[in-house]
Amino acid sequence: MPRLSYRKALTRALADEMGRDESVFLLGEDIRVAASNVTAGLLKRFGPDRVRDTPLSEQAFTSFATGAALAGLRPVVEFQIPSLLFLVFEQIVNHAHKFPLMTGGQAEVPVTYLVPGSGSRTGWAGQHSDHPYSLFAHVGVTTVVPATPADAYGLLVSAIRHVDPVVVFAPAGAMDVRADVDFAALAPVPIGRGRVHRAGDDVTVVAVGHLVHDALAVAEALADQVSVEVFDPRTLHPFDWDGLTASVARTGRLVVVDDSNRSCGIAGEIIATVVERVRLLAPPRRVTRPDGAVLPFAPALDRAVQPGREQLTAAIQLTMKDE
Amino acid sequence: MTRDDPVRLYRTVRLIRRFEERAVDLVRAGAIVGGIHPYLGQEGIAAGVCAALRDDDLVTGTHRGHGHVLAKGADPARMLAELLGRETGLNRGRGGSMHAADLAVGVLGANAIVGAAGAILTGAVWARRRRGDDLVGATFFGDGAVNEGMLLEAFNLAALWRVPVLFVCENNGYATTMPVEGAVAGTIPGRAEAFGMPAAVVDGQDPEAVRDATAAAVARMRAGGGPELIEARTYRFDAHHTFEHAVRLDYRAPQEVAAGRSRDPVDIQGARLSGADRAAVDAEVEATLDAALEFALASPEPDPAGALEHLYASGLVARTGGG
Ligand SMILES: Cc1ncc(C[n+]2csc(CCOP(=O)(O)OP(=O)(O)O)c2C)c(N)n1
Repeated sequence: MPRLSYRKALTRALADEMGRDESVFLLGEDIRVAASNVTAGLLKRFGPDRVRDTPLSEQAFTSFATGAALAGLRPVVEFQIPSLLFLVFEQIVNHAHKFPLMTGGQAEVPVTYLVPGSGSRTGWAGQHSDHPYSLFAHVGVTTVVPATPADAYGLLVSAIRHVDPVVVFAPAGAMDVRADVDFAALAPVPIGRGRVHRAGDDVTVVAVGHLVHDALAVAEALADQVSVEVFDPRTLHPFDWDGLTASVARTGRLVVVDDSNRSCGIAGEIIATVVERVRLLAPPRRVTRPDGAVLPFAPALDRAVQPGREQLTAAIQLTMKDE
Repeated sequence: MTRDDPVRLYRTVRLIRRFEERAVDLVRAGAIVGGIHPYLGQEGIAAGVCAALRDDDLVTGTHRGHGHVLAKGADPARMLAELLGRETGLNRGRGGSMHAADLAVGVLGANAIVGAAGAILTGAVWARRRRGDDLVGATFFGDGAVNEGMLLEAFNLAALWRVPVLFVCENNGYATTMPVEGAVAGTIPGRAEAFGMPAAVVDGQDPEAVRDATAAAVARMRAGGGPELIEARTYRFDAHHTFEHAVRLDYRAPQEVAAGRSRDPVDIQGARLSGADRAAVDAEVEATLDAALEFALASPEPDPAGALEHLYASGLVARTGGG
């Protein structure tokens, strides 16, 4: 089977949707030359009306996309740097997200915000290393964080077809992941549906984005001691609570690994919701960035702030010891 | 020798040039992680502007900030240690290339969010003057930044409240790959004039021309005038960022690059010195940078246990993210 990289899967999803639907167009910085590589080849195929380079005017072009969506188009806005989402939080949250309700259902805002390379790219320091998906889930913006090339393809396609604004976080740690993929089988992945990557009996590990691959590696390494189920929610809002509840109801134990900040992060929400629904055999645990983390520049410091395999291993082992 | 002496001005452009060339080599060698935005070709602007400032005047800059920080008087050895992520770096290895700051010499920080630094400087200068200091400020930004709302809002506040800030636009013709003609409606001086701010266009490749224009603006500002803008026309000799060599972005014709490189601020200023003076400065700069590199490479890397130090100036201790 051919190999498909996560990055190329995003490109393919954009190309397929642009080919399928005339109303889809791209907006962003340096997308004509594909500085992030994700839009490679699209200018040649679809022309400058559909692949529009913007000036550095994030707030304006984010709301411009809202306007274009209100007028019937389906914009995909690329942000090369995750921290820029803080800059356009106002435009997404106060405007795009609120429009349908504020207009009493008159308006739809089908914009996709694509963030390739979210999280830490080592050495990009404090203002380029955030992974702010929890914030968007908190305010209720549809938020997806695919882990694999096929899910990256399928969720981006679904995001583009979705009637509401959707933020698609493509973690830096997943961009180079490759998988054997049957191209003919690439298909939309429904928003709001999680996936069990590995079945297990003793503990459910919920992993977000690139951390799914770490969780699978840890599960494999611990296979002779503990049977780990790896659950990938894929969408953080809306969340597949039923899928997760079914898993934890069987295993009785829960560990969450999530590359956002601890306080008010998605891991806390996942734990809270599960304990509302399921009686656990042991206290749940979470592995996250620290409270209010800002990633320091020096590589060893940057790594120290990110959730890692050792911490996840320790959390699983502790959870198994607890009764 | 005064600060604006031709020899001293040459020393600054030469120091920045050789610092940058060595830094690029260190990126290629893998010693500087994350890459840098080289200031090569633009040295005359930082050197010229800072030559007309006092030690206590304040500066903020950009992602392409090494030149600004060095020209204002930061120690090249500690700057290089910062780029190498060492404990002895200006920011203790926490900030890296894009956040280098040295408050002791009036550099409030390089900022990696385009357009963000101008408003920060306006507030700082306003506050210091309210306290009775008669200092002024200069903030550096690119041609791309003039399309950011943040910066235009800063123009308005500075002009409205008559804050003596020199807005220095380093127009190198591109914002990453976007040519200025494709991004800026109207003109850059026109942006300033709209807010009642005097604006001048200057040859950014000529350090003395930049110094003279700055000195004139600073004299008016110290005498109680409000903010002013200088558009310094320049050319970026090298890539937008060192990653560019890896992705091979194609947006500048070789002839254009050759023409741009032919007006080299180091040579333009160097031609104003005797051969002997120039050779002496060159040798001195080399010795300074040899010592800087030795110092930086011998400096310890930060201990990962300190990854959360300085997260809160209050000393609040964050919960870590583990298990
Ligand atoms: C608000 C914001 N948008 C986008 C980026 C990504 N980015 C970093 S530098 C840059 C180009 C800046 O161009 P310009 O202001 O002309 O400065 P130059 O790089 O030419 O010095 C871009 C798009 C960013 N860091 N911040």
